[in-house]
Amino acid sequence: MTTLATTTTGIISLREITKAFPGVVANDQISLDIVSGQVHCLLGENGAGKSTLISILAGMQQPDSGTIEIDGNAVAITSPKVAVDQGIGVVHQHSTLIPAFTVLENLMLGDPSLMLDRKQAIERLDELSGLLGATIDPNALASELGLGQQQQVEIAKALWKGSRLLILDEPTSMLTPQAIEHLAASINRVKAEGLAVIFITHKLREAYAMGDCVTVLRGGRNVGHISVEQLAKLSESEAQNAILAAMFGEDLAKAGDDAAELAGATAAVRETAAIDLATRKVRLELHDISTRGRGGDVDVVDVSFTVHEGEILGVAGIDGHGQSALAEVVAGQRASITGTVIFDDGDITGKGVLERQRLGVRYVTDDRLHEGTVGSMSVAINLVLKRIGQAPFWKFGQIDSKAVDAEARRLIDEYDIRTPSAATRAGTLSGGNIQKVLLARELTHGARFVVVNKPTYGLDLKTVRLVRDILIDFAANGGAVLLLSTDLDELVELSNRIVVISTGRVVGAVDNDGQGTAERVGQFMTGAIEGRDR
Amino acid sequence: MSENPSKMAGAMSAVARAVIPVILAIVVGGIIILAMGKDPITFYVKIFQYGLTGTNWMRSLVLMAPLLVIAVGLIVAFRGQLWNLGYGGQFLLGAVVVSGFGPALFAVVPGPLATIVLLLGSAVAGAVWTVVPALLKARYGTNEIITSLVMSFIGAGVVNLLIKGPLKDASQPIPQTKVLDSADMLPDIFGTKVHLGFLLAIVIALVFQFVLSRTSFGLRMDVFGASAKSANHVGINSTGMVFLVFALSGALIGLAGGIDVLGHESYQRANWDPHYGDAVMPFVFLARLSPVAVVPLIGFYSVLATGGILAAQQTGLNVDFLLVIVGLILIFMTITEFVTTRRALGQSYMPVGLKRSVTGLFDSITRRSNR
Repeated sequence: MTTLATTTTGIISLREITKAFPGVVANDQISLDIVSGQVHCLLGENGAGKSTLISILAGMQQPDSGTIEIDGNAVAITSPKVAVDQGIGVVHQHSTLIPAFTVLENLMLGDPSLMLDRKQAIERLDELSGLLGATIDPNALASELGLGQQQQVEIAKALWKGSRLLILDEPTSMLTPQAIEHLAASINRVKAEGLAVIFITHKLREAYAMGDCVTVLRGGRNVGHISVEQLAKLSESEAQNAILAAMFGEDLAKAGDDAAELAGATAAVRETAAIDLATRKVRLELHDISTRGRGGDVDVVDVSFTVHEGEILGVAGIDGHGQSALAEVVAGQRASITGTVIFDDGDITGKGVLERQRLGVRYVTDDRLHEGTVGSMSVAINLVLKRIGQAPFWKFGQIDSKAVDAEARRLIDEYDIRTPSAATRAGTLSGGNIQKVLLARELTHGARFVVVNKPTYGLDLKTVRLVRDILIDFAANGGAVLLLSTDLDELVELSNRIVVISTGRVVGAVDNDGQGTAERVGQFMTGAIEGRDR
Repeated sequence: MSENPSKMAGAMSAVARAVIPVILAIVVGGIIILAMGKDPITFYVKIFQYGLTGTNWMRSLVLMAPLLVIAVGLIVAFRGQLWNLGYGGQFLLGAVVVSGFGPALFAVVPGPLATIVLLLGSAVAGAVWTVVPALLKARYGTNEIITSLVMSFIGAGVVNLLIKGPLKDASQPIPQTKVLDSADMLPDIFGTKVHLGFLLAIVIALVFQFVLSRTSFGLRMDVFGASAKSANHVGINSTGMVFLVFALSGALIGLAGGIDVLGHESYQRANWDPHYGDAVMPFVFLARLSPVAVVPLIGFYSVLATGGILAAQQTGLNVDFLLVIVGLILIFMTITEFVTTRRALGQSYMPVGLKRSVTGLFDSITRRSNR
């Protein structure tokens, strides 16, 4: 049996692909060639048009104009089914596996035949396991797999029908440094089989390490291509400079060193000033906190730690390992079943959101659109959302629009929120500006401690820089920050100490003092997660 | 200042979106009448005659009183995204408090005090009937559409049991309550035959417009309605909100029942159910859940319903034809909403395949004509 029957040594060429959405041209006459046996890196900021291009290739969106040619024949990819039939497989950024199904069931989901053929499916999985260099237990539940293994299953799923093109959308964003090495090995084997690979990332060092050629998108345009021959000739730093110039254009001079660092060119180092914890008062203390969750949420179990005045305490962990429960229990949105929360030497375990808010405990949620803001309401209302009914905005139970507007204008200026007016609906703002609304609301009016959950997730690089600076300033001015993040670079850059959380438990703590922090955090994560099933 | 034109345009489009479905429903309703071999023009002219001209407008306003209070009750619940569909039972329970206990109470207590006690009793009865759906919703997240609807059936059954049992007027052969003395009924507004309940309904609409749009409670309710997650995030007590919103909604709908009996019906028969809530439903949405904006729409329906009964009889149509028009309004409202939303998003409102073949057709035609 041939492993990859439909593979030919062909080229998939995109010609002048244009796709516009109301108010934004997501793809503007993008042309590029994807050659079999090569890893084609697609780089660009959030909003550069990478996702749109991928969904066009995957048949989920139709281009407004432009053509896609496979082996010289024009093909209209009108549905995901056509994409699969053409051998285009996509591994999305977030897991699309059904947790309650076994690996094999997940893989057979797209099978169109009437009866499921388990025997043949197991054979196919064996072939693909060999190809990827992974051992995958076909009868394990998807929910029991570590994240690295889940990704291998996703890749197997994408290659299931004998792919010619494998698209990996930011595959490294959730992985530990160790799992990234596994992934790189698998990609090399797939490439050696003659498949084309599109590797999407926003980290320069990954692009250089894994890519054969690089295309940079900015503002929906193809602004730079480094061919295989060119990339082979360039040294790592030369390649990075070329890519940076394309990514930022004329902004590069302004962004300066930050650009390189934000684009993940170098390993992250701590940027916050060192503080002597012994001399700092304890701001927040958790003692053996456990929660009992709702639905499929992961709860926290016996979590204890302290956050000091002026400190940024990072919490590292794979997404969905109890971070939301931890954030909510600190913010007062979720009750703990055991343990105590001490804030400024006072027990606040029994206090609700509003009381904690008044004491200065704030929470910037990761669900900006559906939890942090009410999209159908104005920016001004969203800025006072946690002070509804309080003076000076409400007098005798009636809203004082002038006071609300004045406060809104003050915060809009202070945090440079780009909005047509204070009366604009918050849902129409960009993700970065919505995050600024949240930060403005939470950090104003006597904030002493803030929990931030994935504060820069999905933001453009300039806003990422801004958000990190705001957090650093807040801590430097005597505030305390509990930073929950899945981005190791971010944690290393901002935190004084990092604790590692896995399935709701704290599995380790690392002082962020010098080189190798990311690796040590990664070891704790790997030991706790991958160790179980490897 | 710069926002005024866009505000005007927004208001205009809201009015257009409220009026267009009504007009379309009337036109299509007319076509259906034509297809049935009757004369639509006569039907609509007669509706106008019997609903508005002479002293008929007063009958329309009398009908409007309970409809408007129910509409505000639904608006309160729907703004909080709680789909209280138990209005039928809540209305009848509110009504039976007045019709069942009124005659006895008026005999022992001075009139104005009895009126106030009875109307409060109606409101309480309606509110109490929402406790079970609210509890199930707040505690277990049970879908309130189903629980409130089921409670509505139970409520209607309880009302029938009461009227056939303890509250039955023994002097009557058919099960019904004692008829209220006309002196005990709500007084008419000076110089008309419209009872005070109409004024009360208008006041309720105005008060709730203020409460929902200007107070902190209204904003909390809107936040809760927009997203329960956001409500939790900003420290709104979701459980309390569910109970409060449900109780307010039930109280208003129960009060509507009380007003209708005390102002107009004067007694209640077993199995009496005017289905006011069903008729009001589309207008609540057409008014975009605004208590003041719903007033003219309810006024329109009141004329339609008041004149429609006689008009239908004289045109040879079934009285239920009015519900056909209400249903048509609902359908056209949905279509109008869908089209405007898609247009606002800059998307086509036709399925991709259909659009391709239709535009393809037009393309070939224009190309031919260009030649």
